[in-house]
Amino acid sequence: MNRQRIKYLAREGLWDNNIAMAQLLALCPLLAVTNTATNGLGLGLATLVVLFFSNLVVALLRDIITQEVRIAVFVLLIAGIVTLVDMMMNAWLHDLHKVLGLFIPLIVSNCAILGRAESFASRQPITDSMFDGLFMGLGFIAALVTLGGVREILGQGTLFADAALMFGEGLSVIELTLIPDYRGFLLMALPPGGFLVMGFLLAGKRLLDRRQQAQAEMVLQMREAEA
Amino acid sequence: MPYGHGVKDPSYRKRTAYHAMLLGGMATLVSAVLVMGDNATRDTIALRQAETLQASLEQVIPPELHDNQLLDDVIVLPKDASRSRPLKVYRGHRNQAITALAFEVVGHGYAGAITSLMAIDANGKILGVRVLQHSETPGLGDKIEIQRDNWIRSFDGRSLANTPLSSWAVKKDGGQFDQFTGATITPRAVVEAVQAGLEMFERERAQLLAPPAVTEEAETPSPAEETPS
Repeated sequence: MNRQRIKYLAREGLWDNNIAMAQLLALCPLLAVTNTATNGLGLGLATLVVLFFSNLVVALLRDIITQEVRIAVFVLLIAGIVTLVDMMMNAWLHDLHKVLGLFIPLIVSNCAILGRAESFASRQPITDSMFDGLFMGLGFIAALVTLGGVREILGQGTLFADAALMFGEGLSVIELTLIPDYRGFLLMALPPGGFLVMGFLLAGKRLLDRRQQAQAEMVLQMREAEA
Repeated sequence: MPYGHGVKDPSYRKRTAYHAMLLGGMATLVSAVLVMGDNATRDTIALRQAETLQASLEQVIPPELHDNQLLDDVIVLPKDASRSRPLKVYRGHRNQAITALAFEVVGHGYAGAITSLMAIDANGKILGVRVLQHSETPGLGDKIEIQRDNWIRSFDGRSLANTPLSSWAVKKDGGQFDQFTGATITPRAVVEAVQAGLEMFERERAQLLAPPAVTEEAETPSPAEETPS
């Protein structure tokens, strides 16, 4: 496990192969909860924990799991981990659980987690899988918070509203009212707003990627010309 | 092509029995871990839920009205034609007299059930109503929450006696309660649920107002009907 490999995994998870923005997986929970940045962050953290541990366990067991029953075993492991996370949050992070409780069981059906188990953790060493889970989870959090943030600013004129309710009083400093006396733009809080913002974010990412690619090609051409 | 980490695939892994045992073993393992997790968290979860309930009860029942622990005196009304689940009624009393009753009522709003907690005094007058859970439209229907709007306080002090039956509706339907701009279904559902709660109280009055079970038996009279208001 060298530095370059970690860098590569980080780039994959956070940008190139981002669960939501590149693989377009897990859109259902993504669009459902991101009417505020706080909700997005909450679900993102829960997903990160599940993804990390499911990758770890699947990688640990990868040599005894066979092709024929792998999907059933993965689903069993993921469901077990989600239930465990649900119980522990209910006991020790009860306020957060009250807000997110509805979404946690849904993580079982988050196809991105099964996707990482199948396409990465079941074929790669344990440390690689752990880093993959970490960075994929962080990438998912970034997508959730960005989408939630844009929708919250446009919809309610605030950012991270009620963060203190979810994560404790210490975080009340990140609660911002960006547009005072804002009348609200309901469409953004509703599911169609999620699709709209998601579309613009995807277009933005493609644009950046294309520009980068064009630059890389130009450098290549210049080198060829020099040669 | 071997599956997994490039190791040679031993022949026993191709047998059906191996697959069955793998799946069964995993299921057993996961179940065992879940049982351990449940054992470790069950008491804490019950405690947290009781705290949450206590906090909501304190919001609808003023502290000067009761001298008992609200969670200690609970009457469970069995399910019948009017309700699909048993209903828990929390009772507050002072000097052995019932002063407050709190219970959940459910209305059907624009986006599913709206669960509220309502408290009434012994005469059937509303002490307070709070919405516990709903999935109404943010920005429109969520004005039923106390954090966002004072609308829910418009129930305070009302009873079936001082508000005629025809007035238990939103203004659009000829009643006395405000609707919200762009959202009528949500407040309508809450008004209907609260009214149903009051009617439930009238029906079950005798049982709900029965004197609390106390250690000093001499103090309590026979469980006769309370004086009607």
